[in-house]
Amino acid sequence: MDTILRIDVGAKGGPKAVTQPVGPYAGLGGRAMTSTVVCTEVPPDCHPLGPENKLVIAPGLMSGSAASTSGRLSVGCKSPLTGGIKEANSGGTGAQALGRLGYAAVILEGERPKGDDWYKVVISKDGVSIVKDNSLRMLPNYDLVERIKAEHGDQVTVISIGTAGEMRMANSTIAVTDVEMRPTRHAGRGGVGAVMGSKGIKCIVVDPEGTTIRHPANPEAFKAANKAFVEGLKRHGVTGQGLPAYGTNVLTNILCEAGGYPTYNFKEGRFPDADKISGETQAQIEIARGGLATHGCHRGCAIQCSGTFVDKDGNFVTKQPEYETVWAHGGNCGISDLDAIARMDFLDDTYGLDTIEMGVTIGVAMEAGVIPFGDAAGAIRLVQETGQGTPLGRILGAGAAATAKCYGLERAPVVKNQAMPAYDPRAVKGIGVTYATTPMGADHTAGYAVATNILKVGGFVDPLQPGGQAELSRNLQVATAALDATGFCLFVAFAILDQADTFQAMVDTINAMYNLSMTADDVVALGQDILTKERAFNTKAGFGPAQDRLPRYFSRESLPPHNVVFDVPEKELDSVFAF
Amino acid sequence: MALTVKCYATLAEHSPPEGETPHAEGHTVADLLAELRIDPAEVKVIFVNGLHAGLDQPLRDGDRVGLFPAVGGG
Repeated sequence: MDTILRIDVGAKGGPKAVTQPVGPYAGLGGRAMTSTVVCTEVPPDCHPLGPENKLVIAPGLMSGSAASTSGRLSVGCKSPLTGGIKEANSGGTGAQALGRLGYAAVILEGERPKGDDWYKVVISKDGVSIVKDNSLRMLPNYDLVERIKAEHGDQVTVISIGTAGEMRMANSTIAVTDVEMRPTRHAGRGGVGAVMGSKGIKCIVVDPEGTTIRHPANPEAFKAANKAFVEGLKRHGVTGQGLPAYGTNVLTNILCEAGGYPTYNFKEGRFPDADKISGETQAQIEIARGGLATHGCHRGCAIQCSGTFVDKDGNFVTKQPEYETVWAHGGNCGISDLDAIARMDFLDDTYGLDTIEMGVTIGVAMEAGVIPFGDAAGAIRLVQETGQGTPLGRILGAGAAATAKCYGLERAPVVKNQAMPAYDPRAVKGIGVTYATTPMGADHTAGYAVATNILKVGGFVDPLQPGGQAELSRNLQVATAALDATGFCLFVAFAILDQADTFQAMVDTINAMYNLSMTADDVVALGQDILTKERAFNTKAGFGPAQDRLPRYFSRESLPPHNVVFDVPEKELDSVFAF
Repeated sequence: MALTVKCYATLAEHSPPEGETPHAEGHTVADLLAELRIDPAEVKVIFVNGLHAGLDQPLRDGDRVGLFPAVGGG
């Protein structure tokens, strides 16, 4: 991975590809690469959809090697949703394919010429070609992938935008195909699809044919470390049993039990019909109908948290909807019909919409009276209107904060305009600190304090008390930023937080790959460096302490059943990045 | 005298019928696990009335107990 591919979409005669040595960005992967390029090359005060913004796509440091569970792909830019820096990352087969082809990053840059031309980029071992193909215009992701399959076969990766990205909606994703070549994996958050759309690139086809797996510098040490790492993942209860058996949606019941499951647009902390949409119920349905409850989004995953959701007749509906999706379209909207939720998951994937932002937006629309809470058919219609770009759909596609503004509501559960995920910050205060302070806007993956607040992974910090949450969030945000650079899936964190030997095995794998001698301290320094750069970008983009806050109503309106408000002192919020 | 008890994920088979079990005065979470034939080593997270609790927590009539193995996601 020593090459950077730049595509100047404003070049005379159409987009032009140039490859160059990785140069000053050597040694960077994933989020470290995307955030460093964005900080270095994108003016923080630019418009996210303007020619000065860039879209950076980077495999993790270990992607494309034999390192287990290392298929994460980072996508970075200035976010159309938050106005700050963004790194959204995705599973699927894209990171491995790009890594094997030797690309450390693909950067889309420049000013799209006037008009409405759409381009397809094809990357293979023979080089890069860019083809104008307006017949792809407004194709949803699933239809697009079928077209690509007919032309390029079923062994390629498609990185694409659906209709939402083409319409440059603030809620729009970049899809990445999985092992079955379905567009089920998404760089979901922050409207990254709109930036790709603003560059006029509909899709990037990555063909790894003829490439080999990336070889480690020290094969013997690599093999031993990777083996110990996999053994550690299998040994831990979460990565070895819970996630493969029930998927991420195993969280529904435990968050409800804890009283931290945001229900009816963040008004209550328990959903009465949780058992109808829980991971246990979902896995049971999938198995009974002939779907799959255990499945990996890329080859070489030791966790296999996904699955396949089929209808009553056994026909494919969507991949196993994630916890966040089931919550956003389910409990948050008072909906308890798993088939309707699965349908919305498919629609989100095919239109290229972030399921969290979409579900929270529907919750806001329900609060506004557009449709009633619990109206599954109405919710499906709202997702369709969004993907089709009707006037109402355009409002919804601008996200939860914009929708609340359009309907004159205070209650938009957002930070930096990005919708909060499936944990109420009043009853899970550590995640509230992460929502408030991460440079990404409300994002659970930026520092998953739920692990320590609720799941008793990595120790225990009482979720209902304000003390200790800032320190918890700080440590997790630093560790996560570093992990996001490696290409390892964030879910390895459950094992490495609890098992020191598994953490060491992961570090040893990186060291053996690159002939390094990194220590735990170096990992911390890497995470701090990434966060420092991202914070500096946001500061120059106009963000300050006032934006590192939850909406006021979370401190004013209490959440049943514990009747708690968010009460972590502002001084502590402002201490999170005091490394 | 009764407790509401829910066992989740791999512990689900231990849930009492109708989700309720009789409660004897002075019993703790550990006693409850013994009654339900659950190995304490299998239990990672315990809630009593939505609050994290330990094995030695005394239970009271009407308490809502939730028992979980190691689970995670995100």
